[in-house]
Amino acid sequence: MLSKKSTILGYRRENGRVGIRNHVIILPVDDISNAACEAVANNIKGTMALPHPYGRLQFGADLDLHFRTLIGTGANPNVAAVVVIGIEEGWTKLIVDGIAKTGKPVVGLSIELHGDHDTIMRASKAARELVQWASEKQREACPVSELWVSTKCGESDTTSGCGSNPTVGNAFDKLYGIGSTLCFGETTEITGGEQLVAARCRTPKVKKQFMDMFNRYQDLVNRNKTSDLSDSQPTKGNIAGGLTTIEEKALGNIQKIGKKCMVDGVLDKAETPTGPGLWFMDSSSAAAEMVTLCAASGFVAHLFPTGQGNIIGNPILPVIKLCANPRTVRTMGEHVDVDVSGLLQRDMNLDQAGDKLLECMLRTANGRLTAAEALGHREFVLTRLYESA
Amino acid sequence: MIQFLVHEDGDSVGTIVVEGIKAGDTLTGWVMEQDKTVTIKTLNAIPIGHKIALKALKNNGTIIKYGVDIGRTIAPIKLGEYVHVHNVKTKRW
Repeated sequence: MLSKKSTILGYRRENGRVGIRNHVIILPVDDISNAACEAVANNIKGTMALPHPYGRLQFGADLDLHFRTLIGTGANPNVAAVVVIGIEEGWTKLIVDGIAKTGKPVVGLSIELHGDHDTIMRASKAARELVQWASEKQREACPVSELWVSTKCGESDTTSGCGSNPTVGNAFDKLYGIGSTLCFGETTEITGGEQLVAARCRTPKVKKQFMDMFNRYQDLVNRNKTSDLSDSQPTKGNIAGGLTTIEEKALGNIQKIGKKCMVDGVLDKAETPTGPGLWFMDSSSAAAEMVTLCAASGFVAHLFPTGQGNIIGNPILPVIKLCANPRTVRTMGEHVDVDVSGLLQRDMNLDQAGDKLLECMLRTANGRLTAAEALGHREFVLTRLYESA
Repeated sequence: MIQFLVHEDGDSVGTIVVEGIKAGDTLTGWVMEQDKTVTIKTLNAIPIGHKIALKALKNNGTIIKYGVDIGRTIAPIKLGEYVHVHNVKTKRW
């Protein structure tokens, strides 16, 4: 079905990357700039504010991650142009300069010495020009292999491990074969299967980097835990779905990397891959945090298998949901883009399920809205590493 | 009709994939790796997505799924019995 010549209709950005959406975003640097951003998005139709609760008095690695996430979100090829609003000039300029490296239009405003009214007026004028400019961008034929595709599963159950996750694995094997750039993560959720991921690492160096990330996260859990995490990982939803231990959940989780992909490299949170292949990103297993990090790393399409029915979306990264649990498909069908429940009854095989998912991904890349987009799910959740100063 | 799935021969448990399984039902399972079917009688009502023991297991034994260790038993488990957090715990953390 897929070859190196397969194409989709995407947006070729100034830096050469391919996007599948054409958003103009109004991006707050900090929590107190949310109101101005939301006012601008309300004034100028076709723009979208990305409110979030952070950005004040962060420092060190936590601040670096905050900047990397915001810059990465603005730089993502699914974004045509950006208006950045912060309370003061310094950090606002830092975000603007980071996004401007892509060559896309970006305008920054700071609220101090102006107030909300004047800032909202000037930002609205800029946003109006940007959204009209972006609305004339045309889709053009771009190789499928240039789509950066990430994955993470959520509200998993045992059907995830035998149905929807291996379906992603099958699709990943096929995308890997045409030279795509791919990503998975969820560091604690590999617990019990870490030896299997380590064995798939391309080089001893990558294997060591992966195991260092894995062990650091294990130390974090061991330092802070008050129980065996049987109320958190697996989650209550996972347990209701029949998953008993973290080991069982992890073995289901890693079905997503298929049978042929090798782990070619590792990424810090919101770090951008430097070449094609499969990348492991050190990340939380919480859905909105992980998907937000994938978007900030530059991924433009996301494959999200669920068992019990996680309903997550993202403002700029289309989240394509697939499910193999017939009860979830029946009770929560409006959230499911691809029904692979036929796998459990041998009505379809894994190769057919993988093709069905890829077909949906290509349609999504060509412009079809995902269920999460149609339902307005825009979870934008920044990962924090520790307390603010 | 497939009522439960087994990842591979040697696994201690299978996964129920239909709703409405009652105690005493005789179930048909598909062993995916070896592509064959097996039957077993369940001792309990088991919800969709939850597990059934494919062999008798001693207390403090190991549960195998996907051919890999997924935890330890905290009670003896009979053939055909419901397997979940009441009789299995993680070996990690």
